[in-house]
Amino acid sequence: MKHETIETNAGWLIALTLIVISIGGLAEIVPLYFLDDTVEEVKVAGVETVRPYTPLELRGRDLYQREGCYLCHSQMIRPFRDEALRYGHYSLAAESKFDHPFQWGSKRTGPDLARVGKKYSNQWHVQHLVKPRSVVPESIMPNYPWLLENKLEYKDIAARLTALKAVGVPYSETKADYEENIKRFGEETAKLLDINQAEANLVNEALANNYDGNKSDITEMDAIVAYLQVLGTMVDFKKFDDGHFATFR
Amino acid sequence: MSATSQVSPQSYNYDIVKKFTIMALVWGILGMFTGVYIAAELAWPIFNFDTPEITFGRLRPVHTTLVIFGFGGSALFATSYYIVQRTCQVRLWGELMPMYTFWGWQIAVASAAVSYMLGYTQAREYAEMVWPIDILIALTWVAYLVIYVQTLRRRSQPHIYVANWFFIAFILATAILHIVNNLAMPVGFFSLSSYSLQAGVQDAMTQWWYGHNAVGFFLTAAFLGMMYYFVPKQAGRPVYSYRLSIIHFWALIFLYMWVGAHHLHWTALPDWTSTLAATFSILLLLPSWGGMINGIMTLSGAWDRLRSDPVVRFLIVALAFYGMSTFEGPLMSLKSVNALSHYTDWTIGHVHSGALGWVAMVTFGSFYHLIPRLWETTMYSNRLINVHFYLAVTGIILYITALWFAGIGQGWMWRAFDEYGNLAYTFIETVEHLHLPYIMRTFGGLLFVFGIIVMGFNTYMTIRKSRLEKEDFEAKIAAKMAPAE
Repeated sequence: MKHETIETNAGWLIALTLIVISIGGLAEIVPLYFLDDTVEEVKVAGVETVRPYTPLELRGRDLYQREGCYLCHSQMIRPFRDEALRYGHYSLAAESKFDHPFQWGSKRTGPDLARVGKKYSNQWHVQHLVKPRSVVPESIMPNYPWLLENKLEYKDIAARLTALKAVGVPYSETKADYEENIKRFGEETAKLLDINQAEANLVNEALANNYDGNKSDITEMDAIVAYLQVLGTMVDFKKFDDGHFATFR
Repeated sequence: MSATSQVSPQSYNYDIVKKFTIMALVWGILGMFTGVYIAAELAWPIFNFDTPEITFGRLRPVHTTLVIFGFGGSALFATSYYIVQRTCQVRLWGELMPMYTFWGWQIAVASAAVSYMLGYTQAREYAEMVWPIDILIALTWVAYLVIYVQTLRRRSQPHIYVANWFFIAFILATAILHIVNNLAMPVGFFSLSSYSLQAGVQDAMTQWWYGHNAVGFFLTAAFLGMMYYFVPKQAGRPVYSYRLSIIHFWALIFLYMWVGAHHLHWTALPDWTSTLAATFSILLLLPSWGGMINGIMTLSGAWDRLRSDPVVRFLIVALAFYGMSTFEGPLMSLKSVNALSHYTDWTIGHVHSGALGWVAMVTFGSFYHLIPRLWETTMYSNRLINVHFYLAVTGIILYITALWFAGIGQGWMWRAFDEYGNLAYTFIETVEHLHLPYIMRTFGGLLFVFGIIVMGFNTYMTIRKSRLEKEDFEAKIAAKMAPAE
């Protein structure tokens, strides 16, 4: 076929362009759903340890997105010596398999947060979020005082879990789902993933842990600290051989 | 483009082109100013003023959306509507539809900016708009495609001019990318929140397939379409090589779609995908430079224009920056270089050498050609075009050198070890290193904003001048027609 045919016929031009631009994306995205090694299996004693977020953690994650934290903080540790020393074990694909959307980020104006969970106290996080320069004088992070003032909005928490269930996150709605979750994640975790108990679970978690240091209210700070404290804590690397995860990818 | 025009300019739809041109400048000024403001927040965090709506994290998407979709998008609507009419020698198809694309686009951009400030976002870079805005964009885009194809089909020239190939590829690709990347489940019919269809590694791949092709098709292919019309027009010479434009077109649109995963080197994305992306990124250098050479060599035989014509200067410098950043891009997509550059300001600097140096400069040059023709007059001041040129170029150079220094420096500091094998720097020490380059970057950005403000003024005065000339002309006609006493 002469190129002239394409240049003089809009139909040909459109059809060929569509074919040519479709190939790359299809070749790179589709196999990621079918190649088994893409997402690691992480099981300890037959139970999956990477679990969906609890209702409170999920609301914290929503706030993390609202404030655009992902624009300065990555959640993806690369397999380099300096990153291992600074942040810990490199990130697994499995660790973000319930992340809708993923929050790997693309810029580290601040440090990576993939394994920030349990590294600092709740109190430190509250102080740091409200006034970062009071704990790290050279920090250029904005102050977030309103997180401590705003009461957490959680009336739609069940709807949020339902939406996530619709895109494949194993929150349970029926008895059968719940039983399945007990098998996958153990009973304690399964309880936290029950959509019917979402609001009660959220309130209980906030009151029991009192992340924001304020017992009377559930604030946005409770949620965001709950989220930060769970980051990177779902895989216990001590339970796996050194080379175990290197067999993937 | 035949020398004898069969259609008089009066029968073209210039009204829609004028509207988009003006809005491109409005969004450009607002978006670039927002950019300078957030740059200042990074240099001096006090500028966040403890106010949620204007903290860095909420304003950064405002900046990117206003400049990419507001400025870039409106400029592409304006120039593509102009070019498709001129090269097909037929009036733009439809009357209400083009108006719909105008209002649909402006409302999408404005509501996106406001919604981010209020905290409504999908948290996907360059696709932060919440789902109702995504739907508005999709509908507007389909209308754009229909208008474009219908106009092409009614052309009075047998050949579809090369600029239109690029615009067609851009419209088709953007539709696919936008729809696939924004698939999501809303929390409720009356909720602005949603959760993306995909998760984790697959979501990352899809997002950067989108993200890099927003660069590849929105900010490159489409602006190449602009280049293929305005460079030959302004230089008064035909495109250097017809054959090169064919090869360059097909290679560019094929290769771009493979390279998104170079944003995910060394992450949890499988190695095969990122290796593939790196390979195609290197290959992409060929069509990119093919396009650059085709543009620059169009000037051969008319090089003196570079000295005498500030509009040509804008266009050629744009192509030079295009060549520079499409060389830097493949370099940064090499895994070993990326290990250093990723997560640092080098990436931000690279984006801006493309966005300011190529996208904005080629738009400015094209607009300086377009505006006097739309309003049937000459630019108010050639001197101010020159002022704009030097402000813009100085601004870009300050900006990108500052961020090379910031990014490469920070990258080396992160991976430096002391003699005992411990990390040589704490993270916060690497942040301190950023302070000076961040100030320099803010200053460079400020110069660039001054430049576009000068352009805005020049444009305003040109439109005013056109009105005065018209009134003057009408008065003269009226005087002539008036019955003699």
